[in-house]
Amino acid sequence: MGRRTVITGIGWVTPLGCDIEDVWGRLLRCESGIEPTTLFDARTFPTTFSAEVKNFRLEDFLGADAARHADAARNSRFALAAAQLAWTYAGLDKAPPRRQERVGVYLGGGEGPIDFDNFVSAAVAGWSAAENRLDCVRWAAVAAERLNAVREIEQDPNMAAAHVAVQFHAAGPNFNTLTACAASTQALGEAYSIIRRGDADVMISGGAHSMIHPLGTTGFNRLTALSTRNDEYKTSSRPFDRTRDGFVLGEGSGILILEELEHARARGAKPLAEITGYGSTADAFRITDIHETGRGGIAAMRTAIESAGLTIDQIDYISTHGTGTEENDKIESLAIRTLFGERAKQVPASSVKSMFGHLIAAAGAVELITCVLAIRDGIMPPTANYREPDPNCDLDYIPNAARKAELRHVLSNSFGFGGQNDSLVLSVFEE
Amino acid sequence: MTGERRVAITGLGTITPLGIGIEPLWEGLMAGRCGLKPIEAFDASGLASRLGGEIPAFRAADYVPKSYRKSVKVMARDIEIAVAAAHAAVRDAGLNTRCLVERGEASGPANLDPTRFGANIGAGLICADLQELAGALHTAAENGQFSLARWGAEGMNNLTPLWLLKFLPNMLGCHVTIVHDAQAPSNTITCGEASSHLAIGEAYRTIARGAADVCICGGAESKINPMGVVRQQLLNRLATGWDDTPARACRPFSASRRGIVVSEGGGLLILEEMKHARARQARVYGEVIGFGASANTNSWTEPDPDGTGLLTAIRAALHDAGISADAIDAVGTFGAGLVGHDASELKALQKALGSRFDGLPAIATKGALGNAGAGAGAVDLAVCAMALAHNTLPPSLNTDDPDPECRLAFATKDPADARIRCLLSVGYSLSGGQNAALIIRKCEE
Repeated sequence: MGRRTVITGIGWVTPLGCDIEDVWGRLLRCESGIEPTTLFDARTFPTTFSAEVKNFRLEDFLGADAARHADAARNSRFALAAAQLAWTYAGLDKAPPRRQERVGVYLGGGEGPIDFDNFVSAAVAGWSAAENRLDCVRWAAVAAERLNAVREIEQDPNMAAAHVAVQFHAAGPNFNTLTACAASTQALGEAYSIIRRGDADVMISGGAHSMIHPLGTTGFNRLTALSTRNDEYKTSSRPFDRTRDGFVLGEGSGILILEELEHARARGAKPLAEITGYGSTADAFRITDIHETGRGGIAAMRTAIESAGLTIDQIDYISTHGTGTEENDKIESLAIRTLFGERAKQVPASSVKSMFGHLIAAAGAVELITCVLAIRDGIMPPTANYREPDPNCDLDYIPNAARKAELRHVLSNSFGFGGQNDSLVLSVFEE
Repeated sequence: MTGERRVAITGLGTITPLGIGIEPLWEGLMAGRCGLKPIEAFDASGLASRLGGEIPAFRAADYVPKSYRKSVKVMARDIEIAVAAAHAAVRDAGLNTRCLVERGEASGPANLDPTRFGANIGAGLICADLQELAGALHTAAENGQFSLARWGAEGMNNLTPLWLLKFLPNMLGCHVTIVHDAQAPSNTITCGEASSHLAIGEAYRTIARGAADVCICGGAESKINPMGVVRQQLLNRLATGWDDTPARACRPFSASRRGIVVSEGGGLLILEEMKHARARQARVYGEVIGFGASANTNSWTEPDPDGTGLLTAIRAALHDAGISADAIDAVGTFGAGLVGHDASELKALQKALGSRFDGLPAIATKGALGNAGAGAGAVDLAVCAMALAHNTLPPSLNTDDPDPECRLAFATKDPADARIRCLLSVGYSLSGGQNAALIIRKCEE
């Protein structure tokens, strides 16, 4: 057996808050983080609500250090705050690793929100009605004046990982993957592989994203991927329910400290759980649709379970991707049914997106944190807002009430646009 | 690392200002040609520099199966480049993928298992097509001012429903894996100019640990759009004052270097498990033997004046390869052409290579190709693989008045012979502080 990878720290910034225990309690009580959108005036949009992070101030997490990150975009600020929580949880704030080049960062981080007002004003000012096209010369003059170098560069998807590396002196491998909604699960899987191979001892890994801005909402509304239950926003996220009509856009960050077991032991850190398996596949089918048999998801789950040296009989719980879109929930259920066969209905499978909304690139990381807590406390979070069964979704989704169970091995799924499939197996830590 | 599988480079696919495919790129570099000129894709006369490196005309539809031609409508330029590069790469490698079989271009029946064929493709922050987006945005203007209320109520309907999918960075990988039926792990690395090296390093690890047998890997990006140029202008990174002499504009490691020239390009390489490659008698350009990655911790925007970050990555790659710096016969530099970044890179190379640094054969491509962001590193590595295979250094444009700190031996005008067994190639992000190093070696047995 090679090097083992344990989780020694967790931190998140979510639509339900930032305190690990408080948010966990809210999830177990089926609370919703969904409210009318306030980050921009969405009142005329097809979807007027979202799951925003509320009252967020980076100073509350980094203290005076927040000032040096004053230019960081919203997603990077979430990542810094969640990383600080995880770093502290792991006890690394009091005794930072001596060898900085053995500490790496692997995020599934999104791009920063576009500088919308200035971008749009330049686009409108540069529009030539006479030619019915953008006049690039006129646009360039306005854009050079209104756009700002720092605000532009901070939108780059590698910037959250960059800020985190500087803040925590993480001089080791530094990656950002952006495989849509699967990104942070993929990042965690790759970070796990880096530690296992011996290329780092500690990895700060997870994701951060915020697409709650006019163009983000526009993009998903045009795809008709979002719920439009504007009058029932609190209960709008309905994974696996027959009346589901799309996902709810959320934002936030989840960061985990992955650590090589001997490294954790040497400093007396307590493992919260162990990552034991990882599977990643591509559907290679269509950019708009999931393969109708769920073959990519099946292969990712199977690879994760096999690489953990387990059989499907040993999986006690599944944290599903469970977005609340018609197609995802149907095919994810089919994939689980196909892989688990007769046992499928005996494996509880829930979706915390019913309460958090969909944190896009960051979704997998906050969901893996819920798996850590589920194993720790022996309780599985519910799927909220589940009222009407769908014949296409016939598994045990832990409807509307958390449930106690002794959990030894759990599976966490993330499936992204374009057929990106990633699954992790998380196990109770045993010596 | 012991117990890991060996990884060969068996295919090179590059789409650059010097042409479609590796041959025109290599011939162009050998002849000392420059691919930079005034931008033709849009009127760039309002920008601080009009120069760019544009790929000669090509159509993505020519590189996909007939059944997939409709899908080119939802491909941003970056995706089109990746799709063209993928076609070039699998053809060069002699891999009969779904695309080649369906197009009737295969040398025989399918010769790889789709479930063992993966992808690791670096991508940039894909710029929205400004004409398209502005065309929709202006419909929500009232008296010259944009109205968010009008946009939400009706303006947004002027965007095609699949608009968002044109610009998701993972769509390079998604289209490529669909076109060639690659179902094994597919990852998208978005770390600026370091993306390609990091993606190739990940592909190397993926094959070495047994999660795939073949990976298509590298990166692609186009900075040839108004937004792409203006961002570099705002950062004061553009080489200005060279509009009439584009072939002299980007000057890696030169005493007179002044900045970058934006460009577009893509490189996708085929990495393949050695036994898999041998079993099908594939041509092997070389073997990947080392990879290292690191981060700067001094700043997320400024280069590291001591080169410490890049040094860490190079040392990790040397350690991974199990060789000392003395074994390095040539270096493929990043060579941005920026004052601070080039100085930082030289510091890192000097510290890593020690006495080997002085007079070490070297390659810098950006004088000829400009900066293609996430696509640049893979193009560089493809050029390095050719140099390794041919024992030849192509000329590196504008390296003839070197910075006094630069004691690398570039071929300045004519190609130079160089016995190369082991070659180091480096990449880093101009912003973000990610660094990566790869070591390739001639495949002797």
